[in-house]
Amino acid sequence: MTGSVMPPSQSPWNVHRASVTAIHDEAPGVRTYNVTLADKRLRNCYSFAPGQFNMLYVPGVGEAAISISSDPDKPQVLQHTVRAVGNVTNSLAQAQIGDELPFRGPYGAAWPVEDCQGKDLVIAAGGIGLAPLRPVIHYIINRRHAFGRVWVLYGSRTPSDLIYQDQFDGWRAHGIEVLTIVDRADDNWKGPIGVVPDLLRQVTVSQPATLFTCGPEIMMRFVILGALNMGWQEHQVFLSLERNMNCALGFCGHCQFGPEFICKSGPVFNYRRIEPYLRLEDL
Amino acid sequence: MAKVDNARSGGYAQGEKAWMAKNALDDLIQALRRRGYRTVLPRVSEGAIVYADAKNTDNLPIGVLDAQDGGTYRLSQTDEDTYFDYVVGPHSLKNYMFLPREPVLSGKRVDGKWHFSTPQDPPEPLAVIGVRSCDLHALAIQDKVFLQGEYVDAAYQARRAALFLVAVNCRRALATCFCHSMGTGPALDQGYDLALTELGGNEEEGGFVVAVGTDSGGDVLSEVPTREATKAEISKAQEQVRQLAQELEQRDCGPADAAPSASDLPRQRQLDTGGIRDLLLNNLEHTQWEDVAERCLACANCTLVCPTCFCSSVEEISDLTGEEVRRERVWSSCFTAEHSYMNSGVVRQNTKARYRQWLVHKLATWIDQFDVSGCVGCGRCITWCPVGIDLTEEVAAIRGDQS
Repeated sequence: MTGSVMPPSQSPWNVHRASVTAIHDEAPGVRTYNVTLADKRLRNCYSFAPGQFNMLYVPGVGEAAISISSDPDKPQVLQHTVRAVGNVTNSLAQAQIGDELPFRGPYGAAWPVEDCQGKDLVIAAGGIGLAPLRPVIHYIINRRHAFGRVWVLYGSRTPSDLIYQDQFDGWRAHGIEVLTIVDRADDNWKGPIGVVPDLLRQVTVSQPATLFTCGPEIMMRFVILGALNMGWQEHQVFLSLERNMNCALGFCGHCQFGPEFICKSGPVFNYRRIEPYLRLEDL
Repeated sequence: MAKVDNARSGGYAQGEKAWMAKNALDDLIQALRRRGYRTVLPRVSEGAIVYADAKNTDNLPIGVLDAQDGGTYRLSQTDEDTYFDYVVGPHSLKNYMFLPREPVLSGKRVDGKWHFSTPQDPPEPLAVIGVRSCDLHALAIQDKVFLQGEYVDAAYQARRAALFLVAVNCRRALATCFCHSMGTGPALDQGYDLALTELGGNEEEGGFVVAVGTDSGGDVLSEVPTREATKAEISKAQEQVRQLAQELEQRDCGPADAAPSASDLPRQRQLDTGGIRDLLLNNLEHTQWEDVAERCLACANCTLVCPTCFCSSVEEISDLTGEEVRRERVWSSCFTAEHSYMNSGVVRQNTKARYRQWLVHKLATWIDQFDVSGCVGCGRCITWCPVGIDLTEEVAAIRGDQS
């Protein structure tokens, strides 16, 4: 269900006109921007799959590859959860409601949500890594009966860095187990202290289940290691990788990872496919 | 369109061969220009043979020969009336199809609203004369990147459709040439509109056997003074091409380091491509990467002269008011830190990681991505490396440690 709106005869560099229609603070330095396409016809035919990303464009500053974090069944409003860390994302942090935010997309490979139906699913995320997985959670809630048990294992550095906290109870109301963990607690933190792989021990699934993970590479590596030690098979694991994505079209070469272009065959990969390259330093 | 008086009537069909006197090369250029083609030919510039715009053969490097080796490029002038006996310079068709800099998007804010547009002007038809087999193969490889993937580079596609290629069969191979190893030469086998094989060395006897590769090649040739090539001329041309191919193949008789030790002749390159993808991917942590990183300056010359390297970055350009912006794609290189920069840091921290990325991509993962090697054996990266790093030696060193 990879979405696309660009006929191949047009320049792939063209952007869709769009604007910011809402801004929501998620965590220090992290905001979610609702983006609405200007063209009504395009808005009605735009579609995306969970895990795909857009190239958001701040004119005069540049583009940034940002995953779509909203409900794939409601693509008329697109949400992007962005941490202000670079040129483009820091400029975006100055955006006001009503500002234009042109973009092109969607790009990339999606989480294989359809293949997971009828089975248990574990989602393991760290920090902003929950953003590309939130469309999966929406997708499941929209067809909850089609899935087995679903776990969200989510960690961040501090309690205030946990994004989407206001939505956890809503997810739980749909029978999703949400477990959180932090590196460093504050006085109000009642949950466990540690790292996301620690939460795996609390999960009991009926195999064959599926594991989706996104977050810092070191976290994903230990989540996967933990799962494999618990008897999961490599092909049951999917992860979303990040590299410098300059064009998102497979032209610029920046996002190469071994034989893969992350923008084209990723960012979501089956673990078995890229496992040989994940082990190498500086690849 | 007026036909030249003594041009063959009826035109030439694909696959036919004509005889064209050397001085008729100017007529060919004029025929192309009458059809609206911008014409580009080899010429000497700053001590090297490059491609440049030319309206005639006045600046063609007649009688010029090149000698190339690791980090070395020298030209010499002979008395011979040879038109194309130099081999490849630093330029390739990449300079004309995948432009070093080109706009991809422009935007203007009018009354607070942005208006964006992509370049729409049709490209000027371009004819390049003197292209070699390795470069035609390199072009076919870049076509796979820009035309045959999920997305089509519309500007490249338009330039490509308006390209006319007059190719030349090489009569010499340099020490740096290893097209025979890569299956990309020396004989022209695809991708040209017209293919010239130069025969003879002086004005009276000299001329070209011209093979017609496309209908438009045949149409252009019909406006040039030619006659049908004789069987003797055709077989002489074929023999000449065959002899060069044989000369290159004989390099494969010895091991890579069996260069004539008693002479100061440069090593005659070859590359053993057998199982090369797995060889490199199974040796990503080989000590040779550290060895080459000691020598490599990470200057990116190899990626700039490589006719297949396609990496680029888009630059954001804004006027002072911020009301007009332009996005321009420029060549970039995997040898820079910026290439793998992310907000969490640079992925390829050192020259070892960057050289490994370049070579493994070129010779191994390119095959995964595009079903073809990224190397055409033109040897440019060897010649233009300021410290003379030779990819054939690096691969041989890794292969040597395998046994």
